[in-house]
Amino acid sequence: MSLSTRRQALAATAFLALAFGTAGAKAQDLVVYCGVQEEWCQAMMNAFTKETGIKVAMTRKSAGETYAQIKAESANPKGDLWWGGTGDAFLQAAEDNLLAEYKSPKLGELHPWAQRQATDSGYRVVGIYAGGLGFAVNTEILAQKKVKEPACWADLVKPEYKGEIQIANPNSSGTAYAAIATLVQIFGENPAYDYLKQLHGNIAQYTKSGAAPVIAVARGEASIGVIFMHDAVVQTEAGFPVKTIAPCEGTGYEIGSMAIIKGGPNPELAKKFYEFALTVKGQMTADTAHSYQVQSNVATPLSKFAPRLEKIKLIDYDFKKFGATAERKRLLARWDSEIGSLR
Amino acid sequence: MFRSHAIWLVIGWIGWAILPWYAFPTTYPPLLGALPASGLTAGFGGAPWLLPFGLCLALPVPFVVARSRHVGAALVVAGGGGLAWMVLEGFALGLRGWSHPFLADLFGPIGTGQVGMGWGGAATALALLFFLTLGLAARGAMKGDRFTTGAIGFLVATILLFVFWPVTTVFSQAMLPDDGLSGPAALVARLTARDIWSLGCFNGPTRCGVVWNSMLLGIACGLITTVLGLAFALVATRTAFPFKKMMRLLTVLPIITPPFVIGLAVILLFGRNGTVTLFLTQNFGLTGTRWIYGLPGILLTQALAFTPIAFLMLIGVVQGIAPSMEEAAQTLRAGRWQTFRRVTWPLMRPGLANAFLVGFIESLADFGNPLVMGGGYEVLSTKIFYAVVGAQNDPGRAAALGIVLLALCVAVFMIQRRWVGSGSYTTVGGKGFSGTPAELPKPLKWLVYGTAVPWAAFTFLLYGLILYGGFVENWGRNNAFTLRHYVTAFGLDWGVDGLLWTGRVWNSLFTTLEVAGVAAPITAAMGLITAYLLVRQRFAGQATFEFMTMLSFAIPGTVVGVSYILAFNQPPIEFTGTAAILVVCFVFRNMPVAIRAGVASMSQLDKNLDECALTLGATSTQTIRRVIMPLLRPAIVASLVYAFVRAITSVSAVIFLVSARHDMATSYIVGRVELGEFGLAIAYSSALIVLMGLVILVIQWLVGERRIARPSTGVANARPREVAA
Repeated sequence: MSLSTRRQALAATAFLALAFGTAGAKAQDLVVYCGVQEEWCQAMMNAFTKETGIKVAMTRKSAGETYAQIKAESANPKGDLWWGGTGDAFLQAAEDNLLAEYKSPKLGELHPWAQRQATDSGYRVVGIYAGGLGFAVNTEILAQKKVKEPACWADLVKPEYKGEIQIANPNSSGTAYAAIATLVQIFGENPAYDYLKQLHGNIAQYTKSGAAPVIAVARGEASIGVIFMHDAVVQTEAGFPVKTIAPCEGTGYEIGSMAIIKGGPNPELAKKFYEFALTVKGQMTADTAHSYQVQSNVATPLSKFAPRLEKIKLIDYDFKKFGATAERKRLLARWDSEIGSLR
Repeated sequence: MFRSHAIWLVIGWIGWAILPWYAFPTTYPPLLGALPASGLTAGFGGAPWLLPFGLCLALPVPFVVARSRHVGAALVVAGGGGLAWMVLEGFALGLRGWSHPFLADLFGPIGTGQVGMGWGGAATALALLFFLTLGLAARGAMKGDRFTTGAIGFLVATILLFVFWPVTTVFSQAMLPDDGLSGPAALVARLTARDIWSLGCFNGPTRCGVVWNSMLLGIACGLITTVLGLAFALVATRTAFPFKKMMRLLTVLPIITPPFVIGLAVILLFGRNGTVTLFLTQNFGLTGTRWIYGLPGILLTQALAFTPIAFLMLIGVVQGIAPSMEEAAQTLRAGRWQTFRRVTWPLMRPGLANAFLVGFIESLADFGNPLVMGGGYEVLSTKIFYAVVGAQNDPGRAAALGIVLLALCVAVFMIQRRWVGSGSYTTVGGKGFSGTPAELPKPLKWLVYGTAVPWAAFTFLLYGLILYGGFVENWGRNNAFTLRHYVTAFGLDWGVDGLLWTGRVWNSLFTTLEVAGVAAPITAAMGLITAYLLVRQRFAGQATFEFMTMLSFAIPGTVVGVSYILAFNQPPIEFTGTAAILVVCFVFRNMPVAIRAGVASMSQLDKNLDECALTLGATSTQTIRRVIMPLLRPAIVASLVYAFVRAITSVSAVIFLVSARHDMATSYIVGRVELGEFGLAIAYSSALIVLMGLVILVIQWLVGERRIARPSTGVANARPREVAA
């Protein structure tokens, strides 16, 4: 065999060996897809490993990304457990039969909203935290412009806020979809879409990601953002002139959720994590990691920075109805044709 | 008997009879008690579908041993038959038995399934593939050249496997029935959706379709990057500009910058609350606006990011233009301008067309910049990303948008080929050269300076700011000096067991370097071999082959990421969650640039050189190694650098492929940016930039410069050109 053929053989073998060979590596660690911010993900995994000695392989991704991945992997699931991230994606995964049914003995210790997430999904999903929708405002810019802070949803359509408001695009962000669902539940569907049409005139930009408006407000690129309030608190704490406001008409909220992935490689380890994540000890990791959502275990003390849910007028958000794929598709399509396509 | 026949026979037998056939421990009877089951033992122990491979491996043995005239035919039958069977059984049998219900109806139920292939399966597949190509060569294909047939066979097989198959998998989703529509009807509905094609911005109150946005952006970006890249290439090779070295460095910087960072810097400068904007509003009484969000911002950041790629492609082309042609023109009394217009410019056309094509496609596939700078300006890549991961969760829609994007790229590819046409662009022949490159005509020189110098200055400013951003508490609000971000990122500690890597980025950094380091040489080698086949060989289906190599480049990373999960998470090939899937993904995604660079450089080499070598008895491998490779050094450097850097800086494809054990630097940075932790993101990015810069220097030093027999010092140092003039 000539030198050339040998080299060719070598290169080809090396390449394919690499492609196929390493597929054999498979450790018996618990594989967790984590949907909250990284600092909290890390703190939670460390706390779990410390408590149980079980090693965790964790990947941090947004809820939408994780949903897409679990769906793509469904023929041969690679993950065991999905922890954190907005509940809508979880309910959709449950609807697609991607999640395993599991009834935790700790369900009774949880807030009613967290339990309802479980009953709504046929015990495939459970709530681990909640966070309310609200406004983040840049007080410096509003003061410069000598404009009052908005207090209600109705204020946002006032002409003085023209070009100052950012909200995410509901087609890409669960946060913005939650806002639309909230408005529909507060005002009724047709008035809500009329409101959104009016609001369109004041919007500076529909951002892609749900957290982007907070950052824009913190940096002064916009003065008002429609966001989850716990995200705004983080920026205030980082030293930006951001104030968090809960709308006076009442507001909707998200339920950060958890689920065991159907057919995952380590179901027993997943159950251990599941139980730990519902304990006070597990949920206390949030506060240390600068995450200020309200935790689902009734006994978990509320962080002193957290927006007080009891002081916020929360609507009775119908997660079952608005989390269903068909309703979501319909509302989004209506938003697309009536508002999203406007210039 | 050729030794290569025997070698591949042995590899095939080892793969089938000894190595473990499957990737995961299986229940089939193991070999010798301890080793996992091979194809042979599993075949007799409950997996009879593996036995036909033994037949295929046995068939050529007598022919090879007896040195029969019919060895070619035997190899073709064995290789082709074996591969066909492999595809058939691989796709028919899934994890839990038959992969389609109709197979169960046809053959009855089956008790067992199979997992992904391992070493044994891979070695056998490879051996069967080369049986086929060796057989074809023995029967006279490609003039009996075993290397060429082998290379074509290997490339076609891997491209089919790692590009075509995943892409088909994901695009078949566009046919998924939806809302009571049948498959084809749903496809048509998705492809003709109003938000894709609407022209409302011209004749109505609505926005324009996303296709028009993307086209406008892509064409503008292609033009701008080509012009800027050409300006830099001309400055670097054809002028006596004093700060060339520094200029080259500046043009390379943006490629080695992780995504989002340029966008962040631009926002922090030109955003409504940006430094420049504040300066203007405070001193000139202007009102800050959000003009940067949208088309202007995306174009600016893309031009910053992709100009260097155009430059790297064009400098090889400009350097390669033989001065003797220009001298001939000047001897014939052509002026400098005429020479440039009639000789230099036409010779640059393939390079320009390639640069434009790459700029256009890069722009269309780019995801990070539109995400950060886009504002309300929607482009296909972001729309596809959010169709997959967004609140819609609609893979069918994503697939349809992907098809549209692909069609756009194909259209531009066709136009580019037409424009380049079939003219001859050869300038490096076997004959001796002398002379120095002609200097640019005066007005052109000043135009080139006027373009390149301000752009370089702007880039320089931006990078100064990025570097600075890593050392301040909170850029834009609290500008106190701090090392906090670097300590968080790269902390080290001494523990009882020695060094502790306590920093938060070490994990992702090591994976990233490993993956990029493995992917780069493979990418460059495969890309240049492909280029050689495209330029120097003629074979049936060449145009299709060329198109397929460009395919994975034209598809946005998000779609590639999802397609890889869909295609490679189940038998016959199962390697999600490994580092290997990242490597393979990068190789096939970045290969097109290596191919383009190789094609552009190789079109300039006279075929006489190869023929000369062949006439003197060299084999095609020797010709490549001794004649073509040394002349291709700029292309080799470009491909290696590009492959390495892109493996580090790309984000959209890897976001689905990273796993807990194999996280990548960019996906970590994205997380930081999402949270507004700009300091840490910038610190990590700055460190990556320095690191990649060092690697580029090492690559350049290792590969060396191309030495063409002409006073190349005249090119590099650009002595004053009075002599030539």
